[in-house]
Amino acid sequence: MDNNIEKRIQSLRDRLSYLQDIFAGKHGDNANLLHERLETFTERARWGQLDDPHSEMASLEDLFAYVEKRLEECITPMDKVRIVRHPQRICLRDILENVYDNFTEVGGQDEHSLDPSMLIARAVITRRSGKKTYTQSVMVIGQEKGHGAEFRNGGSVKPWGNAKALQYMRVAETEGIPIHTYIFTPGSYPIEDNPGAAQQIARNIYGMAGLRVPVVAVISEGGSGGAEAIGLADKRLMLSHGYYSVISPEGAAAIEGRIKAGMRATPELIEHCAEHLRITAQDNLAFGYIDRIVQEPPLGARPWHFDFFRHLRQEVIRATDEVVISTRRMPLLKGMALSRRRKPDANMEEMFMRWDLSASARERLRDRRQQKFLRLSRHAARDRRPFWTKTASAFWDWLSKPWRTFKYDFYRKHQRHIRAVLEEVDNEWEQLKSRMLAPWRRLTGKADSTAAAQAREELTALSAWSGEGRKSKWNYLSPRYKVDRTITCPNSASYGCLDLWGPDLFAEFAGVCSHCGYHFPMEPEWYVKNVFDAGSVFEFNSEIEAGNPLDFPDFAPRIAEAQKKTGARSGCMTFEARIDDIKMVVAMLMGTFRGGSVGAAEGYKFVEAAQRAAKKRYPFLAYVHGTAGIRIQEGTHGVIQMPRCTVAVRRYIESGGLYMVLYDTNSFAGPLASFLGCSPYQFAVRSSNIGFAGPGVIKETTGMDIPPKYHRSYRALSRGHIQGIWDRRQIRANLKQALLTIGGRNLYYR
Amino acid sequence: MMDISALLDEIKAAPFREIVIATPHCGRVSFADLKPGDSVVGPQGQWKEKPGSHIATLEREHNPKPICALEKGEISLLHTELEGRFVEAGTPLAVLRHKLTREEVQRLILQKALHLFCAPERAKYYFIPEVDKKIRAADAHSVTVRDGMELLIMSRMKREVPLHYTGPDGVIYEIYFKINDNVNAGDPLIGVCPRDQLPVIQDVIMRVQTEWAEQG
Repeated sequence: MDNNIEKRIQSLRDRLSYLQDIFAGKHGDNANLLHERLETFTERARWGQLDDPHSEMASLEDLFAYVEKRLEECITPMDKVRIVRHPQRICLRDILENVYDNFTEVGGQDEHSLDPSMLIARAVITRRSGKKTYTQSVMVIGQEKGHGAEFRNGGSVKPWGNAKALQYMRVAETEGIPIHTYIFTPGSYPIEDNPGAAQQIARNIYGMAGLRVPVVAVISEGGSGGAEAIGLADKRLMLSHGYYSVISPEGAAAIEGRIKAGMRATPELIEHCAEHLRITAQDNLAFGYIDRIVQEPPLGARPWHFDFFRHLRQEVIRATDEVVISTRRMPLLKGMALSRRRKPDANMEEMFMRWDLSASARERLRDRRQQKFLRLSRHAARDRRPFWTKTASAFWDWLSKPWRTFKYDFYRKHQRHIRAVLEEVDNEWEQLKSRMLAPWRRLTGKADSTAAAQAREELTALSAWSGEGRKSKWNYLSPRYKVDRTITCPNSASYGCLDLWGPDLFAEFAGVCSHCGYHFPMEPEWYVKNVFDAGSVFEFNSEIEAGNPLDFPDFAPRIAEAQKKTGARSGCMTFEARIDDIKMVVAMLMGTFRGGSVGAAEGYKFVEAAQRAAKKRYPFLAYVHGTAGIRIQEGTHGVIQMPRCTVAVRRYIESGGLYMVLYDTNSFAGPLASFLGCSPYQFAVRSSNIGFAGPGVIKETTGMDIPPKYHRSYRALSRGHIQGIWDRRQIRANLKQALLTIGGRNLYYR
Repeated sequence: MMDISALLDEIKAAPFREIVIATPHCGRVSFADLKPGDSVVGPQGQWKEKPGSHIATLEREHNPKPICALEKGEISLLHTELEGRFVEAGTPLAVLRHKLTREEVQRLILQKALHLFCAPERAKYYFIPEVDKKIRAADAHSVTVRDGMELLIMSRMKREVPLHYTGPDGVIYEIYFKINDNVNAGDPLIGVCPRDQLPVIQDVIMRVQTEWAEQG
């Protein structure tokens, strides 16, 4: 048989097995037809029975192309999931070889890498303008699945891989070259070893929110946190057969079907979840979370689709050009340049433009990116604020802006100078006064003053049974204190704790074992009432409600039930409060409302709270009573809260704010891997468990058994994820001290 | 001198350890669905994180507390007459017959027969060069130790200190540490037995290795 024919037969075999794999038993008649035809052809070719092998081969290939095209029309979301995971799917190295003109890997080679699933390369693109050729450098960063190579972990990046990505993003920023990121990940590798999966993703998102170079992201398989770690971009393109989701359909099915360890969700349930999570490129474009779809050939791009690579090259160059143009000041020139590039037949290689930006353009670029993310997903939350409330608050903002500018930007700045001068004068005066009054003091100092007597009394007297200290310490008692039983401390086996009498435990002891200090979880109300000054809590934006933006089946009643149970409209309560007259803005994620999961409404409220804190120049506290992660039933509406809220936090911190996080009970996944984990000051109450994924998920994805207490706050402290651990009874005092010491005198530094 | 063979015979005659499960505090007892002769298991899992078989529940002040088996074994006696009654702390509820495993028997015999010389602090340990040479040339049994003799070097944080053996004279029967591994304070370093007992101990241990039938 002709060598060429044999090669082409092999390639058709591959196409057939690909087709069978991605449809998982569906469309069997088509696959059988192709199989039969291919086998007949092969048989005849082997015995030399073909008259014109090349033309017959061509007609067989046409048949394959025709069938693929027809099947393309009935492709389902779950088929797309199977497409992106297929070993024949294009991977990042194919893109580097075919889209860019040349490249050098800088993040390691194959398995000899800190993390083989994260690939980093410096690549070049050559463009022409007239007779001149120009070479433009980019930093390419992305997950590498490597056609199923085992050491790549299927594109699941370990924390240090993400750290490496961030390091090279910084390098690109220093060099002033654009960054192209390619997202090929089913999710991040969930281990807590330093720097920690969640904490490192948080750092990446925080870092990307402030990058001063153009960033273009291309999404093929965008699995939640792993995708966000390199996904916060000026332009997000998505391959037409890719998916971008908060969780893999299997994971969603396991949660929806309440699957226990060792069991499997049914394929129907997985298919159902894949459909309702709205994970396809078309859905995400409609939501506005991606900017453009890059069309792939029928049934998805494979390494031999060279036309597709050419198309992708055009698209990434166009996207980068658009980002650079968007930073220009002149609206007319900008419009013309943009419209020229948006023509479908424009050849980007013939249009050269520089990708380096001036200092002011870099600032504008950054600001545009931040604003873009802040605008996303507002429609997904139900804003029940009456029209006049919204108008009034907008009007008040507009009215008070000049006053705030005067007060904080002008008066405060000069006030400091004046105060410095006054303090110096005051010091001198005190010195002078004490010297002049010295003879008089010598005469009167010997007499015993009443103040000294009182101090002596205080120091020497025994404590009395009646008095201030004997009043109930707490403004609010957990309703569980009415329980008529004793409760066993979980540590009693190791520490020998005695049984605790329920009414004592939940009232006076504040849910803390009096022997070993174990913290029993308490209600969010306990903190609101006991940590802050009585009567100082003022809630705002309570009308923003959690909804069911994807119309996920049977989910609306569950949200309604949670609302009824907790009396809150969403899982995030935002309020202003005081501790000893120190004012602050607090966003509280409540573990009692659907596990404290974060959806569009919670993200909306969080962003609003951060902006309010920035406006009022208050410190901003994120009190995490509990969070189970992103609310999966909201799909990408949920996952987009990760970059959104992080952008809001970054803007707040950079405007000079003090952002602190306090964890309690269980804090896991998305929120931790973004707007919570990026805070430089994270503290935990002793009761907390902190991590990226729970023990079940770690076992499921990595196959590792994890020891008990793996996520305890003390472990998190040892790993360097948090800065300190507080006793629940001391939260108020510690919080005040932290605000005074970290925040400085006006609690708003810089 | 102790008769090691007699000790083994004694263990063989009753190859069990009887564990009495008693109430940790007062309360009302309700037994799990067990009867004498049932086998139970101790804590399971890689980190012993799963508790053992449920034997009874003790309830005091509306706080039911499970009482679980701490070792693998067979229930030989169950005080079912206490079912539903209020009992004082320390009341026996059941007796568990734990069949000794081969390792446990070995440990029991060696504990009686050997003198264990333990690590005074967490460090790496080496034999002094002369002893080390002897051990390499022949085996540990060839080294005779005397009270007060310089035997080991304790190495920790780049600091090396000689360590003197204390205890009865004899030969080294077994070495419990490895070169370059850290040994925790209190863990045994070497086991020493009198020279004349060496063959007897070896013989008994051999018998345990070959004759002791492991429980399935």
